[in-house]
Amino acid sequence: MAGPLAGQILAAASGGRRRWGDRVFSNLAVAAGVTILALLAGVALFLLVESLPAVSADPDRLPGGKSLVDYIAPLVFGTVLAATIAVVIAVPLAVAAALFISHIAPRRLVLALGYMVDLLAAVPSIVYGLWGIFVLGPAAVGVMEWLEADLGFIPFFEGPASATGRTMLVASLVLAVMILPIVSAVAREVFSQTPRKLQEGALALGATRWEMIRMTVLPFGKSSIISGAMLGLGRALGETMAVTIILSVSGVVTFNLISQANPSTIAANIALDFPESSGLAVNTLIASGLVLFAITLVTNLGARAIISRQNIQ
Amino acid sequence: MPGAADATRAEADVEAGGPRRDATPALQVAGEPAGSADAPGARTLATRELNLYYGDFHAVQDVTITIAPNKVTALIGASGCGKTTFLRSLNRMHELTAGARVEGEITLDGQDIYAKGIDPVQVRRLVGMVFQAPNPFPTMSVYDNVAAGLNLNGSRVKKSEKDEIVERSLRRAHLWNEVKDRLDKHGSGLSGGQQQRLCIARAIAVEPEVLLMDEPCSALDPVATLAIEDLIRELKSRFTIAIVTHNMQQAARASDVTAFFNIEETGKPGRLVEVGSTETIFTSPSEQATEDYVSGRFG
Amino acid sequence: MSQPEGTLPTAAAELRTGLLPAWAPYVAVGASAVCVAAMLLAAGAFSVALLLVATAGLSCVALYLWSRSVEGSRRATDRAVTLMIVSAFGLALAPLLSLLFEVTKRGLPGLSLEFLTESARGVVGGGGAAHAIVGTVVITGVAAVISVPIGLMAAIYLTEYGGGRLRRALTFFVDVMTGIPSIVAGLFAYALFALIFGPGIRLGVMGSVALSVLMIPIVIRSSEEVLKIVPNHLREAAYALGTPKWRTIVSVVLPTAFAGLVTGVMIAIARIIGETAPLLVTTGVVDSINSNPFEGRMQNLAVYAYSEYRTPGVMKQASYDRAWAAALTLIAIVMILNVVARFVYRRYRTEIR
Repeated sequence: MAGPLAGQILAAASGGRRRWGDRVFSNLAVAAGVTILALLAGVALFLLVESLPAVSADPDRLPGGKSLVDYIAPLVFGTVLAATIAVVIAVPLAVAAALFISHIAPRRLVLALGYMVDLLAAVPSIVYGLWGIFVLGPAAVGVMEWLEADLGFIPFFEGPASATGRTMLVASLVLAVMILPIVSAVAREVFSQTPRKLQEGALALGATRWEMIRMTVLPFGKSSIISGAMLGLGRALGETMAVTIILSVSGVVTFNLISQANPSTIAANIALDFPESSGLAVNTLIASGLVLFAITLVTNLGARAIISRQNIQ
Repeated sequence: MPGAADATRAEADVEAGGPRRDATPALQVAGEPAGSADAPGARTLATRELNLYYGDFHAVQDVTITIAPNKVTALIGASGCGKTTFLRSLNRMHELTAGARVEGEITLDGQDIYAKGIDPVQVRRLVGMVFQAPNPFPTMSVYDNVAAGLNLNGSRVKKSEKDEIVERSLRRAHLWNEVKDRLDKHGSGLSGGQQQRLCIARAIAVEPEVLLMDEPCSALDPVATLAIEDLIRELKSRFTIAIVTHNMQQAARASDVTAFFNIEETGKPGRLVEVGSTETIFTSPSEQATEDYVSGRFG
Repeated sequence: MSQPEGTLPTAAAELRTGLLPAWAPYVAVGASAVCVAAMLLAAGAFSVALLLVATAGLSCVALYLWSRSVEGSRRATDRAVTLMIVSAFGLALAPLLSLLFEVTKRGLPGLSLEFLTESARGVVGGGGAAHAIVGTVVITGVAAVISVPIGLMAAIYLTEYGGGRLRRALTFFVDVMTGIPSIVAGLFAYALFALIFGPGIRLGVMGSVALSVLMIPIVIRSSEEVLKIVPNHLREAAYALGTPKWRTIVSVVLPTAFAGLVTGVMIAIARIIGETAPLLVTTGVVDSINSNPFEGRMQNLAVYAYSEYRTPGVMKQASYDRAWAAALTLIAIVMILNVVARFVYRRYRTEIR
């Protein structure tokens, strides 16, 4: 085809419509990105707007007749207490489970075992709540009685031990089970990425497997473990249903983990009171939700900061 | 030495006479008049003082060269001297890398392809490319792979015409007999050499003016390599072909014109040192660096 | 066993240092189990959990001492710690096993035909969960319809377009979004609709909006991963043919990543289908079947399970049974979604050579 000169072809096609397909598509993509940002801003904004009435209102018009700060502070205490205990219990177990899968279990089983641990994350929180109150709670009563009897001098175990198991200890245990897969997944990821040459170097020196793990794998994974723990913390702070169902709430601020009288958490408080609330009570609850949002935000940002510092080195 | 028509020989003599040793040490090849009667669709690609950058890094410096129609122009030189970067600027693929910049002029048949208002997508339809590692589309059948250019750039082609084009391209690529019974199977079931021929069929199905090939045989075994080189020799009668190759023997076997790129030291931009007929470059090059490279003293 | 005093250790002698037999750990565990069982029975405080935990502890100590006397302290530590890690893993899995067992045991009896097909309307102390099942499907479906296009387009933006600042900001904010507590998402949806329609409103679609806030970042993350895996040379092959960018994305990149994208969406659905908190504050509790998300309250399985527990009817146990049955249904749906998702991925993924 001795057709028109290529130059003429090019000239004909140019000078005009920058392809509209490309333009439409890239605009859509940008719009999606902007929507995400708007959504996030919207969450903060709407919550703020709906909280304002509670912030500016008279204390005696708020639920409980206290000021907003006095209303929210015990909830913050309960939230942080439950989440912290959950993390303290979960992290060592998660790290051990991750080590087991990455370094100790037979290779053929690794996929199946990892899948089982991840299955813990798939269970809906309401199911954990039901399991906690009907199964774990009653089963823990004996342990709690023993704790009160033998370790009752520690403020955590002052007692009197609850007979139903609806205590902060049990709630924290359930939270720990819920966040374990998160921490374990992060730990597993980083353990399996420990450079072979580091590990082989340790083994070549005659180290036992545990010594090799202690010398190379754990230090290598240290900041990832920390950030995984913080991610788990963030999750535990925001968890609602398990705590709502399990905890028997009396609103008292206490470190006593095994008694009937417990502080509530922000999330559980909202879940319990919101359906029947109206007016200013709703605004108060939303204000507490905003506080929860802020707390989890800070925690998650901290976790990401640690991870990105690790990536930089 | 590829079988050369008389016209080509005449040019080779012209090229043999005196390369200029100055800042732009490249030869203007006396190109064939455009629209040559026996070579449908072949056109001339020319660059003038072309400089290519990645951000601040000056990758290729002051290249002035003409890629002539109905010839195979081989771009040779050691790794890292900018041959592939240069090749990718010829079909405006260079600019896809973030921060990449082009200075200077590239013309296709006299038309500056980087002029304002020129659509790079249109340029790429006229200047096709075959890559180093065969990359057939994994979700498409053999038929759809060859027809991909037609389907994806919105040309409205009737099914019967498409069938014709697919068969013609596969025949030209010497792949038809091997795949004619499995046109609807996936391209990934073919051998490396077959996949590369599939990619060539795909590239020529849209009838580009120029075909660029970036080390097309480096991922293939020697048998497949020779098959592709034969194919290239045949294709030059229809297309203008430029091929980047690491393999000097391949350049000697398959090309008519050879351009030697070199780099003075790491960090400096690559330059076009010498260009001439393949025979001249390999037997009596004018530059010392060229002589050193083709005789294997470095690279 | 150590070398006799006064002789230089030779390599041979070092290598011959005693080793415990391969079955040693199992013997240690078994023996400890027996001892612990005996002690517990004698003390009258037998329980499976206590048996397992005490056995784990005792066998670690026993193995350590045994190994130390034969193999030396370094190997002993290694063995003991290994056993501890194995026990810890078992401890980590125990809740899962207990949970699956209990949910099945307590939920299965409630899973009758009536449960699956009847709603609770007008039935005192009985009825089924059909309204909840319908509600779950509708609310989750609408959430997916909202989340998938937005999430996919945002992921496309991040991987195919997006320069510098906007891209980094977006990645950062998606990270932030993954951390939003589910109840906060619910409050947001409530606040949004309350500002527009006035307080006290309860709609099915509000629940979908809340779930979308949770679902979008999951879809973005998983889609981004899958799109990044598509090799760049495929895009270049398309560009070299003169294909415009959008066509390349739609006809080459997306089909190549398709199986992974579908899997990602299914897993995202599995994650949010069990969310209760955001729905408690948005969609309300209702007894009848409502399949219109834009009209009135809508029940769903998770909230149903919760409300059957929290406000049981006259026949308490029957309500609890229904709660367990709903829980079992939820877990079954989630597991099935996960399994099917993985199956789809393995079967349909595009093999890139």
